Amino acid sequence: MIPPILPRLRQGHHTNGFPEQAPPMPDRLRGRPVIDAALCPAGCTVCAKACAVEAISFSAAGKPRIDLGKCVFCPACVEACPEKALRFTDEFRLSTGRREDLMVEDGKVYALGQRLRDEVLRLYGRSLKLRVVSAGGCNGCEVDVNVLGTLAWDLGRFGINYVASPRHADGMLLCGPVSKNMELAVRKTWDAIPEPKMCIAVGACAISGGPYAGHAEQCGGAAAVVPVDLFIPGCPPHPATILDGLLRLIGRIAPQP
Amino acid sequence: MSGPWCTFTAGGAVPLADVPDLPLDALRSAVVAAVGTGARLGCWCGDGAGRVVAIMVDDANHRLLAARAVLPERYPSLTPECAQAHLFERELAEQYGTVPEGHPWFKPVRYHHRLTPGPDAWGRPSDQPILPAVTDMFTVVGDEVHEVAVGPVHAGVIEPGHFRFQCHGEHVFHLEIHLGYQHRGIERAALGGPHPRSLLHMETAAGDSSIAHGWAYCQAVEALAGLTVAPPALALRALMLEFERLANHTGDLGALAGDVGFLPTASFNGRIRGDFLNLSAAVCGSRLGRGMLLPGGVRFAIDDERRDGLRRKLDAAGADAVHSGELLFATSSVQARFEGVGVVRGEDAESAGLVGVARRACGVARDARRDHPPGGYDGLIGLPAIASSGDVQARAAVRFAELRESLRLTRELLGRVPAEAPPRAPTPVLRPDHLAVGLIEGWRGPVLHLAMTGADGRFSRYKVVDPSFHNWFGLMLALRDEQISDFPLCNKSFNLSYCGFDL
Repeated sequence: MIPPILPRLRQGHHTNGFPEQAPPMPDRLRGRPVIDAALCPAGCTVCAKACAVEAISFSAAGKPRIDLGKCVFCPACVEACPEKALRFTDEFRLSTGRREDLMVEDGKVYALGQRLRDEVLRLYGRSLKLRVVSAGGCNGCEVDVNVLGTLAWDLGRFGINYVASPRHADGMLLCGPVSKNMELAVRKTWDAIPEPKMCIAVGACAISGGPYAGHAEQCGGAAAVVPVDLFIPGCPPHPATILDGLLRLIGRIAPQP
Repeated sequence: MSGPWCTFTAGGAVPLADVPDLPLDALRSAVVAAVGTGARLGCWCGDGAGRVVAIMVDDANHRLLAARAVLPERYPSLTPECAQAHLFERELAEQYGTVPEGHPWFKPVRYHHRLTPGPDAWGRPSDQPILPAVTDMFTVVGDEVHEVAVGPVHAGVIEPGHFRFQCHGEHVFHLEIHLGYQHRGIERAALGGPHPRSLLHMETAAGDSSIAHGWAYCQAVEALAGLTVAPPALALRALMLEFERLANHTGDLGALAGDVGFLPTASFNGRIRGDFLNLSAAVCGSRLGRGMLLPGGVRFAIDDERRDGLRRKLDAAGADAVHSGELLFATSSVQARFEGVGVVRGEDAESAGLVGVARRACGVARDARRDHPPGGYDGLIGLPAIASSGDVQARAAVRFAELRESLRLTRELLGRVPAEAPPRAPTPVLRPDHLAVGLIEGWRGPVLHLAMTGADGRFSRYKVVDPSFHNWFGLMLALRDEQISDFPLCNKSFNLSYCGFDL
């Protein structure tokens, strides 16, 4: 008995203080990008050309905007921009309730995800069971979804758990672009979850198809198959990004002013 | 043993004109002969132009062998003489419609339409969708024999796959595994490349092996373009590959502990794995090493201050991981559950062509870091860790020994990495009509990328072989005559990639 108990003392207590305390982010983290469009010369499209996933487009005024639903958070655009008009910040809070809110533009307030509507919040605010479906991605988002279940993050302390059957679930957390070979399974899983229910799309693939957007072998993300209530961008999102999104949904984090 | 082969090394390229174009019979005989002398079939795939290309991995002589042959629509299957070919022949049939006659287990692999126009090898109509796992399953009939079907969606945070157990009570006679649910067209998308997304596709071929696949891709492209990479940049790639190994081996040992109900190591390792992932993020901003690699070099550097910080965190996480692992292996109740469960016999591992951790757990000392050095590790790699019992215990022990060795390697590699970001290599221009192979020992085993260029210097074929492609069959073997309740434990002891298989 003693040998397994003493190591517990040595290994110590590591559960982080999220959300009251933000976890330390690596200084090279590529979090939410910011654009200083004043630096952009007229007609310049260097950043958009450098982007392999076509996440950068231009407003009517010719100013660049980045669709975080497509962005894989690689450094290509930042490296390519001769004016240094783009940079990534260490801002890890990225989730949104609407697809269009994932667009980052100079001068626009980024609208983070809202909490569930009151009658649903009453049901799930203190106990949210999620069925995780992996559907055609790279297992990278799953790595960081899984990490939330470890003691360092301890998802269960917020009343959120991953469950083993859609019948036990209040919602579906979906990763991957929804491959054609998973489309039927995703639909069946969704249909098997009792109402009221929600879908949370985690990662660029689940939001837009990610690096596989346009491939005939996939559907282009969760929204092509089921209605999506929360979009959590990233490739993959940092665990704190995912948890922040989930906690906003259940009202555990005060809404953005 | 070079025989009719063209020989080269991993990370090298050869003109296609130098790759012997043999009669099919001669190629088959050459493959069987090479396997007989200890080489393994690294790849047997269509080139998209009516030929099959065979790549033999000759670990003992630190070289690769290549040859090819024109492939008719039907040909006598190689599998009865060379079991390692069984899945490659099925894949070849699925991708190009060629039928290996006499194949003992002729079923689709990923459930998609063929890559080139023409009749489907199983006669499935080209204008209708192909549904995954719709095929003839092996069944056992008899009193009280029953079938258990699991998946595609699994009970935890797990990738999709379909598992079909033939059982008598708890006793498993046979497990059949059908995958393909994660298929997203990576090889097809690479045709005509390198494309802007090609590196992203390779980094996400198996997301938990981003560095292994990314490096194998870079190696193949660099070979085709004639680019050389500076030693410090190679050392940094090696460092990132070892961080990847540390994180995953730690996670796997924790998951194995969890599956036998030993919560201390399960809990500790869940956290320590994150500490190792954070080391990767400290170098390149991504916990999975995304954006780290570029053909020709690396994107980031490690100055003295960052090196000191990494070393501190590495020492702390490493000490905790060793401590937690030692506890696992010192606990008799854990050992009682690991020993003798999920045994793969050495001769089966050899004939099925298992690789990586699963192969080393059957007593075979093969490791591409030593046998096909990719650079970066010069003088650091010793004998691979092996175990002989081929069971869960052996696969766990190999992981733990490799974890400790990785800790040593990372400390050495930290002294070799570049302090300043190396200048960016020009966009690679690939030589036309060449063949190159990237081969990197990821944490599961060797990741092999075969790239061929056409006359235009673009990819005419790109083939990805994740170690899981070889090893899923090993899991099926491991389950024979086991209790079905031990499936999670056996499965975790392999921890294979679905997406790396499905591509």
